[in-house]
Amino acid sequence: MCYLYVELQSVISIPPRLIHRGQASVYDTGCHSTDFEVHRNWLAITHSLPVSKWYHENTSEWTLDYPPLFAWFEYSLSHVAQHFDKEMLVVQNLIYTSPATILFQRLSVIVTDIVFIYAVKECCRSVREEKGSKDLLGHPFFILAALLLWNFGLLIVDHIHFQYNGFLFGILLLSVARHLQGRHLEGALLFTVLLNLKHIYLYIAPAYGIFLLRSYCFTKDNTDGSVRWSSFSPVRLVALGSIVISVGALSFGPFIAMGQLPQVLSRLFPFKRGLCHAYWAPNVWALYNMVDKALSVLGVRLKLLDVAKLPKASMTGGLVQEFQHSILPSVSPSITLICTLLSIMPAVLSIWCRPRGARGFLRCLVVCALGSFMFGWHVHEKAILMAILPFSILAVESREDAGIFLMLTTTGHYSLFPLLFTAAELPIKVLLMLLFTLYSFTSLKKLFRGSLLNPLETTYLLGLVAVEILCEVVYPLSPWQHTLPFVPLLVTSVYCSLGVSYSFIRLYVSLLRQHGTDKHKQL
Amino acid sequence: MENWSLVSICVLFGLTARWAVSLNSYSGAGKPPMFGDYEAQRHWQEVTYNLPVHEWYFNTTDNNLNYWGLDYPPLTAYHSLLCAHVAKLINPDWVELHASRGHESYGHKLFMRATVLVADLLIYIPAVVLYSFYLSEGSNKKKVCTVLCILLYPGLILIDYGHFQYNSISLGLALWGVVVLGLGWDVLGSLAFVLSLNYKQMELYHSLPFFCYLLGKCFKQGLAGRGLFLLVKIAVTVLVTFALCWLPFLSDPGQILQVVHRLFPVGRGLFEDKVANTWCSLNVLIKIKTILSTDTQLYFSLTTTLLAILPSSIKLLMKPTLWQFKLALVNSSLAFFLFSFQVHEKSILLPAFMLPLFLKDGLLVPYVVTSLAFLFFSIYLLSAFEHCSEDKLRLGPYRRLLICMPRMDLGRVTKWKFYFSITAMAGLSFMSVALAPPDQLPDLFPLLVSVFSYLHFLGLLLYFNIVQIAEPLQSVRKNQKKSN
Repeated sequence: MCYLYVELQSVISIPPRLIHRGQASVYDTGCHSTDFEVHRNWLAITHSLPVSKWYHENTSEWTLDYPPLFAWFEYSLSHVAQHFDKEMLVVQNLIYTSPATILFQRLSVIVTDIVFIYAVKECCRSVREEKGSKDLLGHPFFILAALLLWNFGLLIVDHIHFQYNGFLFGILLLSVARHLQGRHLEGALLFTVLLNLKHIYLYIAPAYGIFLLRSYCFTKDNTDGSVRWSSFSPVRLVALGSIVISVGALSFGPFIAMGQLPQVLSRLFPFKRGLCHAYWAPNVWALYNMVDKALSVLGVRLKLLDVAKLPKASMTGGLVQEFQHSILPSVSPSITLICTLLSIMPAVLSIWCRPRGARGFLRCLVVCALGSFMFGWHVHEKAILMAILPFSILAVESREDAGIFLMLTTTGHYSLFPLLFTAAELPIKVLLMLLFTLYSFTSLKKLFRGSLLNPLETTYLLGLVAVEILCEVVYPLSPWQHTLPFVPLLVTSVYCSLGVSYSFIRLYVSLLRQHGTDKHKQL
Repeated sequence: MENWSLVSICVLFGLTARWAVSLNSYSGAGKPPMFGDYEAQRHWQEVTYNLPVHEWYFNTTDNNLNYWGLDYPPLTAYHSLLCAHVAKLINPDWVELHASRGHESYGHKLFMRATVLVADLLIYIPAVVLYSFYLSEGSNKKKVCTVLCILLYPGLILIDYGHFQYNSISLGLALWGVVVLGLGWDVLGSLAFVLSLNYKQMELYHSLPFFCYLLGKCFKQGLAGRGLFLLVKIAVTVLVTFALCWLPFLSDPGQILQVVHRLFPVGRGLFEDKVANTWCSLNVLIKIKTILSTDTQLYFSLTTTLLAILPSSIKLLMKPTLWQFKLALVNSSLAFFLFSFQVHEKSILLPAFMLPLFLKDGLLVPYVVTSLAFLFFSIYLLSAFEHCSEDKLRLGPYRRLLICMPRMDLGRVTKWKFYFSITAMAGLSFMSVALAPPDQLPDLFPLLVSVFSYLHFLGLLLYFNIVQIAEPLQSVRKNQKKSN
């Protein structure tokens, strides 16, 4: 019966996706995101050119920068695409947007979403719930299904902005579900496939690596929870290793054979791009940049600095480029790497020392995703979804997690608003945001019987409404719109980074507190 | 979850669906010289803003009635005037006399779509919510489902936000009338309905039930005493509201006549295009349009309409309960649609039937998506199939009629008929889109769609009439729970 209800939930999710995608797909303003063109270009490259040219091709500025398995995925899509409109597969047809192309692309996202729907179903199966009859809407698995399938961020990014995140996150959630169900080899296989589809998931690879090593390769623990070295199982290690190697071979094999590995790697990791994206993701570096800017402005006002010596304020000008900070020390890619590693170290160590099973792994995964979001190099704000989606599973099981989830989700989703900037999309994003926020708050409140946020947090979240009105309504009508056009983006990212950082700290505190409780238990 | 949050979610969802549809094409987009309904609405804003009231309905040098002349009652004109004032604030080019003809731009489209959304939000949606909560039966959850299903009704969404019209205002006002009557406030109910009527004359379809219901109530309360008082109150309300709406035109009888002439274009013939009513379908077999003169057509259709609506109205007069009222609304509008003069297909607001119209507008994708979603939601949420038993469908009278077939389970028959209809509709939709009609019969598909729909409507008319009339005059005590 639960199965049936989750099926229902998945079917319910299709109409809204179809509505938005179907409608948005024949958008007659011709205003599409660049990601649309990116994927069209990749369809063209993989279809029209031989494999040896895939990572060398650069007619378009949007070169192939995902791992080879994704290229094979685009290749298989292109075979379907040729029935819709052959012209889109011509590499020279830059920014080609016939209605058939749009329809095909949108449909491909919707169809690959099936993976996501299946993954959500599997996650819902693994959710723990208390006994006791509840009506359907109050069941944790229903709430989880709704939170995942109707996730505002995913809807916006995938279907309006255009990406294949539903497909990719589906694989991630499926892998998590498999681990929760104890099917570790499948989970490992799925994750390896995922890594070879989009390498951004390297961020959470430490969690997977340590968890599998500790909880899968060592079959038993000592009574106090520490490692029992004698229970090491080489068979399992070999199994895991062979999975990783075989998938990697399938994906990178042809390119290694052609000696193109350095070229592929250079495309995959373009470090020339700058500390922050054109619009700052709400992470630590946004705050860092803000402080730097504030100090420089202050310095100029107080005549402590010479204006001519400062670099031009072009960080939020819409271009991606290397940026030099004016007062605070500059940040290089290696520094961000070190910061990221330092931020996830405690979490990773805790699942080594005191593994708490699959749920501990999930918590560590979320921390890794969030940590790399906070400190990573050239992070895109869409990356917040990597933390939000798996966190939903934890949120329906624990009261404290639900509170952190609400905070993280609302600020994270709001930070995605600048992705949709046309007037026509404004009602859609506001309505969808309201829909999701209203649902998440009321359903989690009902599930855990009582308020989940303290007054300070509630005030902060209400402040988001004020920020929205300020940025979308008041500011465009003010005289500064032309002289300082980046101010709304700046305000949005800085305000949201406060919320995201706060959630990160709270999450860490809860993780370490659990670790501490475990330690006390066995004393 | 509490009701208010569930309802808010349904409303937000409905609004999202509406705005998503509105991002699509509209009637007459990019099709000079006449364009479509969208241009008509924009033109009315231009006319009402720039010209004095006494010129709105007349053919003058500044106002060419052949180019989308006003043919709705005054309230539409006032609404257009209001929108025009707002448009002038944003961009005067949109309502410039003569110069703005055929104006099409991104900003203007957003503005027009926004006006529909605002009107919907202010009038139609609150009426739907109130209706579901106060006037429909069932648990709270059922009421929320009703809200969702009504809000997702594809016909209204596609016509208002796709094709472009303001039906939500007139329908919303009429619904307010129903809700308020259901709560027992007769005077306010009649006020709401008169306003609705003054927005679109199409609401005449619903006028007889309102009239009979209120008159019946007056009779019930006794014509010597409270009944008479109620009758006088309602009559005064109706007259005063009419007077207020038509105030600028009352000074000159010529004005009133011209407006009426624009509202009821009797010169245009029995029907236009392919409409799923009796005359169009009959025309396939007998060419009525050519046999009878226009005047005869007019009288003929008037008589048949009145005859069709007579049984239901009389029954309502004799038993003015809310349930009878609702049934009568359905019967009356169906009867008018099927038999009256110069009916436009939009009057029925049923999606499958309006397919050819949507194809012309380029609204195929929204049509498919919203219809599927609506079908799914209404079938699942309203448990349509569970209630397909004979009892629930009130098929008792049918049983008596079909005495020759005692062994059939009419509930099952209905269910299978439904499957068949849906399959046929899907098939017709597919054929209309994918196949080209044969050369000798260029209108084959629209004709098939309209005849198919016509048969359904006729069947529905018969069904609802029988259900309404078969109800006993005095509700037996033990049935009181069911028949409200």
